Amino acid sequence: MADELVNVTIDGAPVSVPKGTTIIEAAKQAGILVPHYCYHPALPVSPALCRMCLVEVEKAPKLMPACVTQVAEGQVVHVGSDKALKAREGVLELLLINHPLDCPICDQAGECELQDYVFQEGRAGTRYSEYAKRYSPVEDFGPDVLYVPNRCILCTRCVRFMEDVAEEPVLNVSERGDRAYIGISPEQRLDHPWSGNVVDLCPVGSLISKDFLHKARAWDLDKTASVCPGCSQGCNITIDTRDDVVVRIRPRPNLEVNRHFICDYGRMNYRWLNRGDRVEAPLVKDGGRHLASDWDTALDRLGQLVRGLSGSAVILASGRASTESLGLVKLMLGRLSVTAAVQVPVGDEAPLVGVPNLALRPERAPNLTGAELLGYRTDWAEALRQVTSAGLVIVLDADLSEADQGLIAAGPGVVVVLGTVWADGLRSAELVLPVTNMAEENGTYVNRDRRIQRFNQAKSQPGMARPAWWIAGEVLAGPGPSASAPSTAAEAFELLGDKWPLFAGLTYSEMGYTGRALEAGGEGVGESQRVDLGVM
Amino acid sequence: MGYPHPSHPKENPVLSKHFGDPEARSFDGWVKRGGYEALRKVLRMSPEAVVEEIKTSGLRGRGGAGFPTGLKWSLMPKADGRPHYLVCNADESEPGTFKDREIMRWTPHQLLEGCAIAAYAIGAERCYIYIRGEFTEPLKIMQQAIDEATAKGAVGANVFGSGKRIEMIIHRGAGAYICGEETAMLNSIEGKRGNPRIKPPYPAQAGVFGMPTTINNVETLAAVPHIIMRGGEWYKGLALGNPKSTGTKLISVCGHIQRPGNYEVTMGTPMKELIYEMCGGMRPGRTLKAVIPGGSSVPIMSAAEAEDCLLDYEGVVAKGSMLGSAGMIVMDDTTDMVYQIWRLARFYAHESCAQCTQCREGTAWSVRILERILTGKGKQEHFQLLLDLSDNMTGKTICVLSDSCAAPIVSGIQKFRHEFEAYIQGAREPAMAGV
Repeated sequence: MADELVNVTIDGAPVSVPKGTTIIEAAKQAGILVPHYCYHPALPVSPALCRMCLVEVEKAPKLMPACVTQVAEGQVVHVGSDKALKAREGVLELLLINHPLDCPICDQAGECELQDYVFQEGRAGTRYSEYAKRYSPVEDFGPDVLYVPNRCILCTRCVRFMEDVAEEPVLNVSERGDRAYIGISPEQRLDHPWSGNVVDLCPVGSLISKDFLHKARAWDLDKTASVCPGCSQGCNITIDTRDDVVVRIRPRPNLEVNRHFICDYGRMNYRWLNRGDRVEAPLVKDGGRHLASDWDTALDRLGQLVRGLSGSAVILASGRASTESLGLVKLMLGRLSVTAAVQVPVGDEAPLVGVPNLALRPERAPNLTGAELLGYRTDWAEALRQVTSAGLVIVLDADLSEADQGLIAAGPGVVVVLGTVWADGLRSAELVLPVTNMAEENGTYVNRDRRIQRFNQAKSQPGMARPAWWIAGEVLAGPGPSASAPSTAAEAFELLGDKWPLFAGLTYSEMGYTGRALEAGGEGVGESQRVDLGVM
Repeated sequence: MGYPHPSHPKENPVLSKHFGDPEARSFDGWVKRGGYEALRKVLRMSPEAVVEEIKTSGLRGRGGAGFPTGLKWSLMPKADGRPHYLVCNADESEPGTFKDREIMRWTPHQLLEGCAIAAYAIGAERCYIYIRGEFTEPLKIMQQAIDEATAKGAVGANVFGSGKRIEMIIHRGAGAYICGEETAMLNSIEGKRGNPRIKPPYPAQAGVFGMPTTINNVETLAAVPHIIMRGGEWYKGLALGNPKSTGTKLISVCGHIQRPGNYEVTMGTPMKELIYEMCGGMRPGRTLKAVIPGGSSVPIMSAAEAEDCLLDYEGVVAKGSMLGSAGMIVMDDTTDMVYQIWRLARFYAHESCAQCTQCREGTAWSVRILERILTGKGKQEHFQLLLDLSDNMTGKTICVLSDSCAAPIVSGIQKFRHEFEAYIQGAREPAMAGV
């Protein structure tokens, strides 16, 4: 069926789309956005009830809703005809009669579909001046969701998300006529682990996030394409920052991974990206104290350490470390016998029932699979046992318990911390090198389905912090001006291909912003192991 | 017979022949009057032949839309392995209409027989009879009739020993006007909120529970046994006006009329005869001002249009309105048209299901404008605003509820503009205070 193409003309532009495509999707192919509210590509059924997407179809007796009308061969569609524009202007006028003009205090302003379409094709003034607007108080729907009924346009996206996607139908349309509002089942809360998506789905400022409430104006936000560091699912996200502070995480559509959704855990798991107690300069041990130094000094010291050592080394890595950092740090210790382990915190699983293969995964390590492909093990206890005999221990931003810190400090080896923070128990570390967190660097994660996906720098790094791959790359290249260390994450990634053929030939531009599935098999990466959930 | 008054000689009682006869309510009483013969006859026919007979008769839907019944039945998929359903629309919620109620009250077996024949014709083993929640008496009578007919083997697991299963299930409405709209009714039967569905898919492809479904009005189904017994050609011959409108039609007449009630007339009977002869005309000293001929959802006719109108689908359309459900609301010269239009609009605003924007907000706004006018706060701009809103509410929504709200408003302004002007210019005392 997908092969059978239908030719249609939309506002003069010819397009060929698969049979069964709706006009609204065909118009997107032609570069035309048909205004709409109730339709959302993430929701399985469009009820065609907002009547905003009415378009003129030649030979049809009436205006047709573009969201449910399928294209037919030779069809001529007018999105911008007078008749269609007049109908949509009429809908906008009616949507606005009871809509408060509180855009100045509404979080949605600037990214509001009502605002946008009214500016685009609405009336300049209202004719509903003789009456008071409908008023209902704000309702508390759940842990992070407020309902502002006055702004609601009853598109029912939220109701349908909870019913058809989350399959926990706690929301409904209550009452009839212009008294209608979004109701919540008695004694129930909007506390489903994926319920935050209703805030994104809401085209207006009716369902709003308490977490983001009055935090920022949409136009003050910088938006960066990224990957959720919350678990091994690898949902695509946008990190919204304001003045270099992460203020919001939102889903970024990727039909292969997370459709249009992210879970509430991922949505709320961003505060650590802003933490203020960061290591900001390389610290080099000097007798009983540590001196802040420049990078040349610190890198020389690290190079000497690595080159001067023989025997075994241990890498204790965070599951949030990028593929590039994990790979290059391991490469940096190439001469040594290395035990590399990745930390995998474990939590509850929370599937989104209506979407196959989408869940908040128990393995709260976004790059677990990437680490495994690079030969990192998940047996954390075993790695800690190796610490007692290793000559070098590298802590790559792992969150260590006090006991683990004590074990490492008591061990015979030299301790090097590549960290965002410096734990109290590792005061004896030889070197403490400040690294960036995932919002401060470019990099890749490999999700549980072996899809490699890029994330991008969303905020500036604190002080002198650098990506761990940069540190390892400089050490690998050795000192001196002729050294050719990687200067970008893309270059760092290309270095991985030599040792791990799975990554060979793949480039950042090929991965694009939605990632690439890695081939099956793991040649040259035989050390990967089954995840042992009992570890942490 | 006749109810509540004897049949007028100009009437043509086919469906209403036994109205007022309590004996016709029982199974035996109905059989004595020739009942269930049509069903027995049909069981010896092929379903296709039944559909053909109905096509021949020219029977059209009596619920309002006037869609050819035989054609509707023939749209059901043939032997596709899925369960088929028949839904009998007995919600009769259209203001001014009360014909189905009388069919169910007096001749429940007439309806059951029609349902059974239709179910046979479309290959359905189950028929839902969706009865308006307020209809407590018809509900009781229908349930008794189903129990009796099941006990006698006329419906149920083995209809008259033919091996055919045709079960009758009553589903009670809960008071929403919109559940009379066929797709909203399907949702309601499924236990969902009674919201109309977008078409396509049409019920014949995906109706109740997603299965092929035919929905017919009570009066349509009640006419079926007569067509089977007396032949499609006979029914087709009952047409005084346009040959496309055949058979008899029950007209519910209410309002400012001497003898309100149900009148069964041959299609094409002049409305003038119905009003002035059968119904006894206007009350003493009063003259006809307006008629809403098809239940409250159709455009209002002026007296002149009504008196020149033939009662069939085409005849009423020719006079700018629609036959609809044939619930005729007659208004005399004492009627305040602005007030009546407001009253109608308020009904639609109350009953809007709240899905489509135009309907949800447009009906309520229209009511408020009419209230401004009635309270003496009307302005000339209100005319244009009402007409703009009505245009916005017509032909742009999932179902026709908002069209139904706009129809009386637009026709009212066209035909009775001076009454609006009187309020706006202060020539008439405000009809209501406040707002």
